[in-house]
Amino acid sequence: MRDAAVRVGDRTLWSGVDVRIERGEFVAVLGPNGVGKSTLLKVLLGRLRPEPGSEIEVLGARPGRAGDRIGYLPQRRGFDPSLRIRGTDLVRLGLDGDRWGTPLPALLPLPGNRRRARAAADRVAEVIETVGASGYAHRSIGACSGGEQQRLLIAQALVRRPDLLLLDEPLDSLDLPNQSAVAALVGRICHEHDVAVVMVAHDVNPILHHLDRVVYLAEGGAVSGRPHDVITGPTLSRLYRTPVEVLRTSGGRLVVVGGPEAPALHADRHPPHRARPRTEPDVPEGARPVRHFVRGARRARG
Amino acid sequence: MTAPVRAAALARAHSPGAALDQLAAGPLSHPYFQHALLAGTAIAAACGLVGYFLVLRAQVFTGDALSHTAFTGALGALALGYDLRLGLYATCVVVALLLGTLGSGAKADDVAIGSLFSWTLGMGVFFLTVYTTTRSTANGGAGTSVLFGSIFGLSSGQAWLAAAVGAAVCAALLALARPLLFASIDPDVAAARGLPVRALGYGFLVLVGVCAAEATQAIGSLLLLGLLAAPAGAAHRLTDRPYRALALAPILAVAEVVAGLGLGYAVPDLPPSFAVVATATAVYAAAYTVRPVAAAHARRTGRRRPADLPVFPLTDTGNPDRTTPSIRR
Repeated sequence: MRDAAVRVGDRTLWSGVDVRIERGEFVAVLGPNGVGKSTLLKVLLGRLRPEPGSEIEVLGARPGRAGDRIGYLPQRRGFDPSLRIRGTDLVRLGLDGDRWGTPLPALLPLPGNRRRARAAADRVAEVIETVGASGYAHRSIGACSGGEQQRLLIAQALVRRPDLLLLDEPLDSLDLPNQSAVAALVGRICHEHDVAVVMVAHDVNPILHHLDRVVYLAEGGAVSGRPHDVITGPTLSRLYRTPVEVLRTSGGRLVVVGGPEAPALHADRHPPHRARPRTEPDVPEGARPVRHFVRGARRARG
Repeated sequence: MTAPVRAAALARAHSPGAALDQLAAGPLSHPYFQHALLAGTAIAAACGLVGYFLVLRAQVFTGDALSHTAFTGALGALALGYDLRLGLYATCVVVALLLGTLGSGAKADDVAIGSLFSWTLGMGVFFLTVYTTTRSTANGGAGTSVLFGSIFGLSSGQAWLAAAVGAAVCAALLALARPLLFASIDPDVAAARGLPVRALGYGFLVLVGVCAAEATQAIGSLLLLGLLAAPAGAAHRLTDRPYRALALAPILAVAEVVAGLGLGYAVPDLPPSFAVVATATAVYAAAYTVRPVAAAHARRTGRRRPADLPVFPLTDTGNPDRTTPSIRR
């Protein structure tokens, strides 16, 4: 087993997740808001403890042990516009930000110092070139657009040549051209550099053609498999415990429909007209979006 | 120094080495100025380094809070019969840590902060009254000296202590610099990499508290924020390379303190702490005017702006067999 074997059992948020991700595989984690997709990544990073009885192994060790071989891109809203740090420096922190002290000036005549400084700078430049960010890496990160920041952050996650890349909604807040470009970039890195990628996503369509596997989390359990086997009417109906239809457009895109009126795949985004009290005593936190989904479907039928 | 003596000194200043002689004969011959220079340099370097991280972490406000509480803490200690420095250090460190716990979770509102600050200052006034009525024989000008500093009134021992504290703060901060930078800019990724992000934050706040307590003795609690924020803010504006800024901030701070001390010496009516803060503010204001020039220069030399960057084609359906053309250039 080269990469990650993930098995999480008896957890309130999600349970019975049984996945094994191989080297060079591109896996998407899908599911409604609040179902615990980001939590899955945090468990893999060792920042959250799973329920006792879960068996999780990341890169052949317990989660949290292989931090330097994992590239992580957390969910975020972008940097403060006034932050004056170059993209290059951000990527460089990914390379050596966990070492104490400051980097020695390259001019300092110490044995091997200049060579090491050059090697580090070369690696940073190389990875920035890989993600296609050379044109703006010298600018302040706060002055970069969302798509540019996202590429630089992917470069930061890649700079140590990780074996596993954990990306939390990297396509969020990007426009359509940038979504498909970043998706293609991640797919290329995954397959060319033999890196396992686990990407949390809201919308499967931009990454659909690069994916090897999806893990679909829902209140009713979790399903994993090839995208076209998992994102089907019967499978999702079983997961959501309500009739769900999956439509396929001529371009191969998927539209998930929960009823005549229910919105496609984004039923989990709380629309403003559902401003009624949302907490119900018997429903756990993570199940809320699904309940909305069900309610919407029922109302549509009634 | 009388006018004829000064003129003669200026006349001598033309030969190399004469300037040094003049310095040695002038301000540097006075022990009080030597002490001020020693303490001021160390404190300024520490303030510059600490300030840069305060600016990066958007915690400059912590410095402001410290300048309010340092006064109260110092006078509280005096009123209770303890050493002034004990009160200074204790309040600065405790308040810095307290603000750290507040900042992570709850967001206190402006009215609460404002009331708390004025209450704190009010307590300081109360302690001052208690002190002057019960123990006034010892140190009558304690209130003024805490508020506005007394850098020309430092003893040799105080100056060496300030130098040691300043050097220790600098050394600790440089040792922490890279992880602290990582944790300040990108806390989630730093934590995923295994860095103790919270502990780093608290460790930094302890350094902020120590630095503020030491600086209060030199330039006073009211003007402390100027030395913490202005040089660091100027460095943050002047360069976007973190390690350069980390070098520039203490250099600016030291230069400003030295210039301020020189001014304070040359113009006896000028309080040295005012001269220091005025220089710092002037440099910060100058940094504002420099930056648009640099941006204009960047535009002239053809650095591309976001609008000029290549846009990826919309037609990409993500087929792995079809490489996106613009990624490899």
